[in-house]
Amino acid sequence: MLRVSLRHTDPIPLDVAFTCGPGEVLAIFGPSGSGKTTILRSIAGLFTPHEALVRCGSETWVDTASGITVPPHRRRVGLVFQEYALFPHLTALGNVMTALGHRPRAERRRRAEELLDLVHLSAHTQRRPAALSGGERQRVAVARALARDPAVLLLDEPFAAVDRAVRRRLQDQIDEVRQVLDVPLILVTHDFDDVVRLATHLLILERGVVLEAGPLQSLTNRPDLAWLREAIGLGSLIEATVARADASRGLVELAFDGGTLVAPVRSLAVGTRVRVRIPAREVILATDAPRGLSLHNVLLGSVTAIHSEPQLDEVVVQMAVGNARILAEVTRDAVAQLGIVEGSRLHALIKSVSLEVQPTLPLIVEGAESKTGRGRGGSSS
Amino acid sequence: MDWRALSVSLWLGVGTVILLLPCGVWLGHALAARHFRGKGLVEALVAVPLILPPTVLGFYLLVAFGARSPLGAAFQSVAGQALAFSFPGLLLASAIANIPFVVQPIQRSFEAIPPDVRDAAACCGLTPWQRFVQIEVPLAWPGILTAAILAFAHTLGEFGVVLMVGGNIPGETRTLSIAIYDRMQAFDDRSAGLMAAVLLAVAVITLTITTVLGRRVGRRRG
Repeated sequence: MLRVSLRHTDPIPLDVAFTCGPGEVLAIFGPSGSGKTTILRSIAGLFTPHEALVRCGSETWVDTASGITVPPHRRRVGLVFQEYALFPHLTALGNVMTALGHRPRAERRRRAEELLDLVHLSAHTQRRPAALSGGERQRVAVARALARDPAVLLLDEPFAAVDRAVRRRLQDQIDEVRQVLDVPLILVTHDFDDVVRLATHLLILERGVVLEAGPLQSLTNRPDLAWLREAIGLGSLIEATVARADASRGLVELAFDGGTLVAPVRSLAVGTRVRVRIPAREVILATDAPRGLSLHNVLLGSVTAIHSEPQLDEVVVQMAVGNARILAEVTRDAVAQLGIVEGSRLHALIKSVSLEVQPTLPLIVEGAESKTGRGRGGSSS
Repeated sequence: MDWRALSVSLWLGVGTVILLLPCGVWLGHALAARHFRGKGLVEALVAVPLILPPTVLGFYLLVAFGARSPLGAAFQSVAGQALAFSFPGLLLASAIANIPFVVQPIQRSFEAIPPDVRDAAACCGLTPWQRFVQIEVPLAWPGILTAAILAFAHTLGEFGVVLMVGGNIPGETRTLSIAIYDRMQAFDDRSAGLMAAVLLAVAVITLTITTVLGRRVGRRRG
């Protein structure tokens, strides 16, 4: 478990405290200049805020109150820099081997090759950074960070310098890495796509202060987080399991705590745990169950919250479907016409193609489940 | 052609580089990587030999090397010979006169290393010394090479300081540039011309080597 508590006033104010457990992926999300990178640098020991307490497991890395500051090279931190910061005079292999100083000399080369293999770079071990593409450099940086056998893995905007297509592949790569590494992983990003794809927990930072923090699901299901709407369009996240796969129709049935969803996904085996995102804009509310519609997903639930903002025409309705929460973004007018109030029984109609389905990894699911339980109690505000 | 003068010049050049380079790498790195009180003053002092007339520098060094100064007296008692008007004295003077030519390029090349690369080395578990040896020195190598060549070439051409501190003792402190002046005074234009040509050739060769090596290093980095 990583415990971090930082306070700093100048030049960028910073006041954060959070924890991150093994197997968790904490995304620190915020605009540039909000202090995200400073947090990572403080954990790595490259910067010491005025007041800082960083503990990793039983080790104290920095405690300004009692004057303890462990230098960066004695903290077991793997840090992937935004611009990768590879050593330009060393090959990919050399870069990775540099971080293997704590292992016996005889092992280093083999271990470095293993790690480059893990990030699918075994063909380029002898290339220098200048001869690698942006995505390949990022993978070398990841392999180098892993080589340290880190107790904490830190990623600073790891996908910022690559284009969209490469980004997806690299996100999958990080996902793979996460499976082989049971340590706290902190991801700094200003792109919500990274959060949705990778994070289990989210910390929203603005001007050095924590706006919101908690398990991803409980945060994204909150109707009052207006900025989320700007970032991704509002949506709810549901953990589900593939209950049936109908290959002939190209559909899967996803069982969740409150019913089933049907989604057009081909390549998922029965039993796979998935995370389903339901964009709030894609949810239609109806008082009666419709007939004669080309619709797979009709969920019955009751309204738990209605959130509106004076300057917006859209109203966000939160519904409980079983134990899951679904958000619907509808017009103020529709709410009035249907007479929606808290406690109303409604049908949520969702087009199957609008569901965003993503497998979650075994390791994470265990953590996510326990966290979901914890988060739900406090998040249904 | 004064072969002994050429030998003195070459030895002085090589000696200056060997003496000065480790100090220059240390000081250049310290000035580039650290922030300390009085850094501005140190940087100014490093640059002083650049703008001070060589005769002024030579004068002060001569005073410092004299038997009545603590340095001169100490050297005399240890080595059994005077520091002024001797090859060791000349070497020390040459090293001091060359400080800016060595420290500044080295400092610049350490400064050119991206801070993230330095930080990455620390996060890879390298101690400050390992970072210096494995990452910083290899990356600053073009600057260190430039510094060595500049110091060597500049030593061959140094006149004022050498004349003030070394005098003109054949085989001991008479360098090629002094010998050229000497021959000109004696109306021996042929010898002076020959020696000038040798110095010119050495200058062209060293600069060619620097350029080629520099380009090779640059290509390696891409």
